[in-house]
Amino acid sequence: MKTPIITLEGVHKRFVRKLDAAERIANIFGAGLKDQVVRAVDDVSIDIAEGEVVGLVGESGCGKSTLGRIVSGILDASEGTVRFHGKDTMEMSGTDRRAADLAIQMIFQDPMASLNPRMRVIDIIGEAPVVHGLIKSSEKDAYVSKVMETVGLDPTTRARYPHQFSGGQRARIGIARALAVQPKVLVCDESTAALDVSIQAQVLNLFMDLRRELNLTYLFVSHDLGVVEHISDRVAVMYLGRIVELASTEDIFTSPNHPYTRALLEEVPRLEARKKKFTSLKGEIPSPLNPPSGCHFHPRCPFAFDRCSVDRPAFKQIAPGRMSACHLNDEPARGAGTTPERVAAYPTPALP
Amino acid sequence: MTAPVLDVKDLSVTFHTREGVVTAVNEVSFAVKAGEVLGLVGESGSGKSVTGLAVLGLIDPPGLIAGGSIKLNGRELVGLPEKDLRKIRGKEVAMIFQDPMTTLNPVLRIDTQMIEAIRAHDNVSEKAARARAADALARVGIAAPEERLKAYPNQFSGGMRQRVAIATALLNRPAVLVADEPTTALDVTIQAQILSEVQTLCAETGTALVWITHDLSVIAGLADRVAVMYAGRIVEEGSVAQVLEAPIHHYAAGLIGSVPSRNKRGVPLAQIQGMTPSLANLPPGCPFAPRCAAATEICRRVMPEAIGYEGGRAARCHHPLSSPTPVAA
Repeated sequence: MKTPIITLEGVHKRFVRKLDAAERIANIFGAGLKDQVVRAVDDVSIDIAEGEVVGLVGESGCGKSTLGRIVSGILDASEGTVRFHGKDTMEMSGTDRRAADLAIQMIFQDPMASLNPRMRVIDIIGEAPVVHGLIKSSEKDAYVSKVMETVGLDPTTRARYPHQFSGGQRARIGIARALAVQPKVLVCDESTAALDVSIQAQVLNLFMDLRRELNLTYLFVSHDLGVVEHISDRVAVMYLGRIVELASTEDIFTSPNHPYTRALLEEVPRLEARKKKFTSLKGEIPSPLNPPSGCHFHPRCPFAFDRCSVDRPAFKQIAPGRMSACHLNDEPARGAGTTPERVAAYPTPALP
Repeated sequence: MTAPVLDVKDLSVTFHTREGVVTAVNEVSFAVKAGEVLGLVGESGSGKSVTGLAVLGLIDPPGLIAGGSIKLNGRELVGLPEKDLRKIRGKEVAMIFQDPMTTLNPVLRIDTQMIEAIRAHDNVSEKAARARAADALARVGIAAPEERLKAYPNQFSGGMRQRVAIATALLNRPAVLVADEPTTALDVTIQAQILSEVQTLCAETGTALVWITHDLSVIAGLADRVAVMYAGRIVEEGSVAQVLEAPIHHYAAGLIGSVPSRNKRGVPLAQIQGMTPSLANLPPGCPFAPRCAAATEICRRVMPEAIGYEGGRAARCHHPLSSPTPVAA
């Protein structure tokens, strides 16, 4: 087997708010206050093969953006290893680490907030390749024009400022900036969420064209299951810092294993639905400051039983190429995965 | 046939800007019956939100309702003095906005805001108003409503805040509720909860719902009828099944084609070339002509009239896609 381009092994990310002076004084008098710890990413392991598109879905606050930032090297993991082409990024030499950071580029959600409003497009796109020595500054003009053409922007507009472009064009500038350093992997964090449907379609098509032309690998972070379904080869579903299911797009959308995946799919509005009665998953995603014990999903899960509130379910293989973290898979009597009884108890979304 | 609760005819809204007069809403007509859900679909800048605001009488200078009529239960709202509009707003017609954080006053408790909304229209005691507010919160699925009434908006999550906004909008059982992208900022699971609650509440009270969104999939599951807006005009209107299954207008077809959906995985999405035109600088003919594959000379010169088709649908297109029989005007 070929080495995956990106490997995450037991990655954790904790954000800690330390006690302030008043709270520390209160503790002297026995208040017993503790640091507040958010486990944004909690023991995540995933491989991404070269040329693959992996979709990462979940609700707001589930840690999917944090995971995207760890992959792209913007944040360092609190624990665990991130490997690029099999090499641990934390143990790399300075030059290797820089090369890895360049090879993994990120495209952000809000194209207005991620472009410097006081820089011209030619500098936004051309600055990084000059700084990193990919091109000479005398070549910048021609190089930027070439990159702009790749993403479908008119090179004659390169002297303009971001505010002179429409939302869809700004998204393309963001993509061009990432492509300018010739990356291998693009981490797209909700990159089409702020766009209109017709512009979103243009940008998604551009992503797919670029993948073909440049053999890019994508980690596509999104809460929009329709987009993820369209673009991804494999999909990882995250809930409260943990990946609960990972499988091929086909499997996830036709026979979801984890009750959370199932519930999530059920609630995706579909074009084919007519005057449907919207059902709803009870409750909201719990606070990551104080996550539920055992399986994080058990308070909202219609199939939860006593073990779910105690044991954390292992994230393990349930079929070739399919991973899931659910105790139901160990308990055939309760109906694992997609047995007829479970389907009856929790109807699958109507698929065309 | 029941008379429509809300009847909008040839509504035009203009904004006076430095670049000249911009017509954000151009001769828009639609009607909604009691208990009916109309989906108003369009992209940014298509005039869908301005249409919603106009129904509430919330167009402020430099905006201006330049023509047309808005009839609520037979009563003309255009030209009504602000004093009378205030009596109608929140009582007979209410609105839910996209961002619940900007709808709710962050420095006032929920109870203050909800009780004010009740007592602005009904002469009831504070105690009775509080009971009604608690009841309304319970109906949108907020647990321990008496307790939660004492909370501030920042103590609620996004989905909860939107529920409070919906409960407040429905306090006086309005005849018409205009919802402007109320679930766009929410997660799918929360969106499904809100949709299910709005569906039940409107069915119970017979409230006519105008649901403004850019998301066709939400409309597919929620609405009875759909109106597609482009560059300030309604380009196609009809029942959800008619429009989504056999659109007449090329823009509607393009919009449906660009929704990523499972039957087209891996294949490039049907995309509409170009982008929405600037309202300040519209072409003389059909505003969609520059992006339309079927556009001919006439499209670039002459604005297509709205033509009625069989089955109560209408569209503005010189080259209709599917071929329903036009109804003689």
